[in-house]
Order: sequence, then structure tokens, then C-alpha cells
Amino acid sequence: MIRLNKTIETFDLTKKFGDFVAVDKLNIDVDQGEVFALLGPNGAGKTTTISMLCTILKVTSGTAKVNGFDIVKQAAQVRKSIGIVFQDPSIDDRLTGRENLYMHANLYSVPTSEQKPRIENVLKLVELEDRGNDILRTYSSGMRRRLEIARGLIHYPKILFLDEPTIGLDPQTREHIWTYIEELKKAHDVTIVLTTHYMEEADRLSDRVAIIDYGKIVALDTPYKLKETLEGDVITIKTREAEKLSSVIAKTLGINKTRITDGNVEITVREGKKLLPKIIDLATKNELDIESVSIREPSLEDVFIHYTGRAIRAEGSSELRGMSAIRRRAIK
Amino acid sequence: MTELRGVYTLWLREVKRYLRDRVRIVSSFVQPVLWLLIFGKGIGSSLSAAFLPAGVSYQQYLFPGIIGQTLLFTSMFMGISVIWDREFGFLKEIMVAPISRVAIFLGKMLGDCTDAVIQGVIVFLLGFVLGIRLDVVIFLQILPIMLLMTFGLVSVGLVIASFMENLESYGVIQSFVNLPLFFLSGALFLVSGQHAAALTVPGWMQTASIFDPLTYGVDALRTILLGGAWGSYRLFPLYYELLVIACFDLAMILIGTWAFSRRK
Repeated sequence: MIRLNKTIETFDLTKKFGDFVAVDKLNIDVDQGEVFALLGPNGAGKTTTISMLCTILKVTSGTAKVNGFDIVKQAAQVRKSIGIVFQDPSIDDRLTGRENLYMHANLYSVPTSEQKPRIENVLKLVELEDRGNDILRTYSSGMRRRLEIARGLIHYPKILFLDEPTIGLDPQTREHIWTYIEELKKAHDVTIVLTTHYMEEADRLSDRVAIIDYGKIVALDTPYKLKETLEGDVITIKTREAEKLSSVIAKTLGINKTRITDGNVEITVREGKKLLPKIIDLATKNELDIESVSIREPSLEDVFIHYTGRAIRAEGSSELRGMSAIRRRAIK
Repeated sequence: MTELRGVYTLWLREVKRYLRDRVRIVSSFVQPVLWLLIFGKGIGSSLSAAFLPAGVSYQQYLFPGIIGQTLLFTSMFMGISVIWDREFGFLKEIMVAPISRVAIFLGKMLGDCTDAVIQGVIVFLLGFVLGIRLDVVIFLQILPIMLLMTFGLVSVGLVIASFMENLESYGVIQSFVNLPLFFLSGALFLVSGQHAAALTVPGWMQTASIFDPLTYGVDALRTILLGGAWGSYRLFPLYYELLVIACFDLAMILIGTWAFSRRK
């Protein structure tokens, strides 16, 4: 993979809340123009990381460069060059959609003459142009999130941070937002850093995924490579002579990880795609009749379980909720 | 320039939000009317007029005090907006914007001051209904004094709110601040001053009132509104009172910018 300019680089980035280490000596690089996902359970340190990169949370130690600016020493320049969509709503619900956008444009010193076209453009992007003059209170939560994404783009940020962009949204709206993010990546030269605890979101949108757990990166690569490194491809072969096939595979290919369930042979291997033709060859040579074959690739969920030893959705312990409450308070 | 634009943007937001809240504007003069009509008339008629300047009714005496009260209560109430913004998340949008914390504080403070002064003007206009002598010149003199009074008072509210975690605790603290400042300011009765009637008030109260910033505001308003009749009653010369208020404003603005600059 060609590494272009790095837009984000962190150097042992650390955040502690009392004795609790929320982010532990984090070192990541994000390339220009890529979609980078921080994937992890609630309380893993995703939002804390993003908050430090956006300069709204003080770092405990270490630092990071965002667009070439130091997040500790050059907070103002960092802020000017980034856009962020927070996990929780951060719009003024007493004002209209357009008022919120104009306010944002002014806070970021967008030239007055450019404000109107830019605002109409982003409203169009998120399909809210005919609701722009309505007070935010009348918006659904999906519309609010769309407006926030639009707002994050008005000042042409080089990096857009999306903190759990589709949390709590219905499947249809989620699909919509994914499409916007994909369009953004195509049409604008913007680097996107998103946090998520949805596997399918990370898988679909991101060029690279960092799996984060207890404030540490446990794996970092493209979704494809992450899945590939797992011995996780499951080949299922339906045949009448399951026992025979299984023993032939074991003898000839040296694969012992076969199971026979309901007359099917299941084989768990890495790179199942490469192995499948060999198996079919073998069966033909031995005159074993195969009825059907299926192959299931590992999901990011399998990757996560592999690296952390538990499922990502097994969450919600009171301790973790306590920590995210502390975090939220600290960010104010 | 960026900073000034930030201040203006945040000022505009506060004022827009206020003007859009019709219920608050309408209800804002109910309380002063009750004070002036019921309390003012009631106390006025059961009280000997000994402590009042000749020819001044208790209601007329009370009127500047109620303007002061309105400014104080509204200003302190504005602090809630900080907690609201934090609860509803909007504060993050401001905090991550490329403007300084000083600009954030000033924008919010000036916006809240504008709202508080609008409330003050509404109460001022009630004076016509109550038959208090008012004219344009008085209005033009009162307006800057009201504005000067609100800078410091709004800042007090914002500073307290920036340390509060939730609305409930702010409400409690607010009444702890509001009532002593109101009672000791001389809005309802003479607390301190040159006039002999003031000396019937216990000494500790007189001392405390000297440290109440509202005392100077209320006295300045009376100096303008009651004119010559207040001459021998006034605490200090007008310029001295305005100077004290300005110093208080400056101190509170400095504390406010500090409170807003803290980052965890």
C-alpha cells in the first residue's frame, strides 16, 4: 500500500482519568484521503482519543500532529483545519437548520460571500434543503445527525472526525449516512476518521481499521487483511460421503481441523479461497460426489474476538458506563 | 477579526434565542408588576413615610430598586444557559471552534447582558403605567447604567455556572446569591447612606451593603430617577458609584475568562 502524506500522527498519546488509563500510549498514523476507523467497544477510548485530537480534552502525556500542527501547542490551528461530528448532538435546537450553519460558518471565519453557496451545497448533500428554515426541535434524530455532518463540512476541513456517526439511528438512515460518507470520500479531498462499535460500519466504510481495546491498539490494517490473517474461513461441503472425504483431506492435504455436522464437512482454514479448488480436485480424483460447497469469510467480529478474546457487544457493565460518564463530564 | 466575529456570532445567538422565547418575555414583567403594585402599594400605605424624601411615594422609591432586582435576577438566570449548552451538547460546538475562550466568554456575556437590559427596559417602561415621571433624557441616562450593572452580574452567573454540574445545584446557589444581594442593596428599604433613617438599620447590615455591588447600581438608578429629591439621601456621587461598578465588572470579567479557559 502506498503511504501518502500522514495527516495525523500520534506519539505515545495518553489520557488518564485519575488512576484509570483511558488511552494508553497510542501510536497511529492516518494517511491523507483515507477513511480510518477506530473500532472498539464502549469505553475503549475511542471518543477520548478523538477528543484529544480535536483539542477539547487535555492530553495527560504524549502528543499528536494533526495536519502538521501540534495538538498541545497549536490548538487553534488544529481546530481551524478539522471538522467534527460529535457522538451526542451539539446543535442549537432553538435555532433553524440554516441559522446553525451560518453560525458555524461565522465561527470558522468563512468569507461572507461564500457562506450562502457553501451552506446550500451541504444542505443539498444531506438532502435537507427544504427543511433548512425549520427550528431544529422539529427534526428527527436522523435529520439532526445529517445536519451535523453538513455543518462539519462548511469550513472545508482537511480532516473530518465522525464519532459514532450512526449510533442510535434506524437502518434506513444509517444506510443514507453511509452513502454520504462514501460520497464525501469520492468527491472531496477529505480525510475521515470515524469511531464505531458497529463491525459492518467499519468494514464497509474504512480503508484501514484500528481495533482498540482498553485504550490500546490491538490490531491495525485494512479490513480485508485483518480478516485474512485469521484462520477463519469456513468451508462447508455437502456430500453423502462425508467421513471418507474428511479422511482423504486429512491424509492428502494434512488438514486435521475438519468437523462433520449433519453430513456436511466443515473445514476452518486461512485463505479458504485458495484451498477450495484443491479440495474439489481431490474429491473428483477419489470419485467422491459433492452436492454443494459454501465458503464464509470471517467478519470483523471474528477478528475482534480473536484479538480480545470476547465479543464486542458483550458490553454495558456499570464500571464502563461510569467511565464514559466521567469522560463526558471532562469534555463538557 | 476572527475573534470579533466569534464574539458577534455568539452574541447574536443569545439574543436570538431570547427574543424567540415569547413566554419568557411576557412573563418577565409579571413579577415586577406584582412587586410594584401589591408590595409597593401595600407597604407604602402601612408605612410611615419618615424615611422617604419629601414628595416621594414608596412606590416611586421602590421603582429603581425593582429595576435593579430585574437586572440582578435576569443576569443570574442567564448563567443557566451555560449549563443548558453543556447538557444539550452545544458547548462542544463552541469549544472546538477556532476562537479563543476569551471570545467565547465575551460573546456569551454580552449576549446575556443584552437580554438582561431588554428586561430592564421592559420594567422601565412599566413606570409609565404606574405614573412615574419618565422621559427620553432619563431613559438615555438609565440605559448605560443598566448595561454597566449587568456586565458584572451576568459574569457572576456565568462563573458560578461554569463550576456547576447540573441545573438543580445551580438553582440552589442562585437563590443564595440573589436574595442577599437584593435585600442588602437598598432596593426595598434604606440600608446605608447619609440620611439619618438609614442608621436605624443594624451596623452589620450597613457594612454588608457596602460590599454589595447592587447597592451602587440601585443608588445610581435612584439618583437619576428621583432627581433632586434624592440629593441628600444618595450614598455617593454618581461618578464614584459608576466607577465602583466598572471595577466590579472588570474583576468579574477577568474571573469569567479564567473560568472559561480551564480545560480538563
